[in-house]
Amino acid sequence: MTSELRGKSAIVGTGHAGFGEAHGLTAYDVMAQSALAALGDAGLKMSDVDGLFCTMMEDSMPALMAAEYLGIQPRFMDGTMTGGSSFVNYLTSATMALEAGLCDVALIVYGSNQRTASGKLVTASRPPAYEAPYNPRYPISAYAMAAARHMHEYGTTREQLADVAVSARAWAQHNPEAFQRGPLTREDVLGARMVGDPLTVRDCCLVTDGGGAVVMVRADRARDFPKPPVYVLGSAAESSHRQISQMKDFTVTAARESGKRAFAAAGLSPEDIQAVELYDAFTINTILFLEDLGFCAKGEGGAFVEGGRIAPGGVLPVNTNGGGLSCVHPGMYGIFTIIEATRQIRGDAPGIQLNNVDLALAHGNGGVLSSQVTAILGSQATL
Amino acid sequence: MPNATAPDQIFQRALANSEILLPKCDDCGAFHFFPRVLCPHCHGAAISWERASGNGRVHTTTVVRQKPERGGDYNVCVIELDEGVRMMSRVEGIAPADVVIDMPVTAFVGEAEGAPAVLFKPVEG
Ligand SMILES: [Zn+2]
Repeated sequence: MTSELRGKSAIVGTGHAGFGEAHGLTAYDVMAQSALAALGDAGLKMSDVDGLFCTMMEDSMPALMAAEYLGIQPRFMDGTMTGGSSFVNYLTSATMALEAGLCDVALIVYGSNQRTASGKLVTASRPPAYEAPYNPRYPISAYAMAAARHMHEYGTTREQLADVAVSARAWAQHNPEAFQRGPLTREDVLGARMVGDPLTVRDCCLVTDGGGAVVMVRADRARDFPKPPVYVLGSAAESSHRQISQMKDFTVTAARESGKRAFAAAGLSPEDIQAVELYDAFTINTILFLEDLGFCAKGEGGAFVEGGRIAPGGVLPVNTNGGGLSCVHPGMYGIFTIIEATRQIRGDAPGIQLNNVDLALAHGNGGVLSSQVTAILGSQATL
Repeated sequence: MPNATAPDQIFQRALANSEILLPKCDDCGAFHFFPRVLCPHCHGAAISWERASGNGRVHTTTVVRQKPERGGDYNVCVIELDEGVRMMSRVEGIAPADVVIDMPVTAFVGEAEGAPAVLFKPVEG
């Protein structure tokens, strides 16, 4: 049975700012530029926003800071912090708030200046007490241990991991908005500096500045805006742990459950999806999520991504903007899975625009494979 | 403030005496780690403490690469103890890259970041 919320809300604007290096700007500056861009895309004004959905890396009350900066007094706010998945999670809460009449214009927004501010991950979160003494490097040590276990159980190879990065770069090379567009081979990835075995620096996402935003309204007025509306057909979340040492099965993420429920809510299955936008913080993520979301069987993710099968011209378009590995990764990437999925459906993707996309998937990951949130987005034709 | 029933204090006090205690649920009999005021399996609040067997296996592992002048490479791993609980730690006494999944290991109380900590070494023989 599909969800009562299927198709009840729509994205009518997307925007971004500060990709790459936003010299001299604060994280909140980049956030606000992204918000303005998305509202401009939707033909709306900042004063129309009465629902704010936001979290940032640097504060304990980022949503309040953002509202104050933007000069708005939202009547509904959600700042739930599940890491990089937060923004996909807000698709659910924004849909609920819109449908209940708690707000009329929902703004989901994020911004970061982590590259020019420090060159590394900025975070207000503290290392967990029972892990900190061993000095894991967050977040890479966690993902490296997941990759090691996947290789041990399923024979996944470093070459297959590398091919995820190579495919992401191949998409990015066509995207003028992408930060890294130079050539990248499997050998380049394998020969790059090892950071946390088995992952080299090229298995890791970029460290960039950047922000993104989407504007949502109720479906009944979604056709009154300049751009074609993109509907939320299904969205679902599941969280399994916070600390990597508490992850029950290092080869299976909660995306198995979030994906199953998002597809059920939309009344769709993986075969229906024409563009897949996954949170690829590390190359192992893409393999895990393709398996857990049902695009291939558990353990077959390595073979599934091998040799350009998820690159342009392959069997499944994955991370068509270049992903967090090659396009943009300002601390949290989740919002950009929504933006790229939306643009593929609208037909205005900045890089390779796939033909006639009606259905796309956006998947957010948060923490250390801790929070998984899946959303299925669709065109007017899919209602 | 010392508190004889505070889970973290019980664990840390034992470590300071070179002893590894694990919390165990009185209701369902399962061990858990990290220490807390309830059992994460059945949510019962009656918790006892038992001395750990110290036997375990490497569940997964990585090497944190670091320049020699900053201390060099080191191991970070997750160990599964025979009691069924997992904890982050490191295996000492062998090169970080020689730590492999499923390797049998034995716990000992060593030092990490200047405080007593559970560390592991390969089982001998
Ligand atoms: Zn219990």
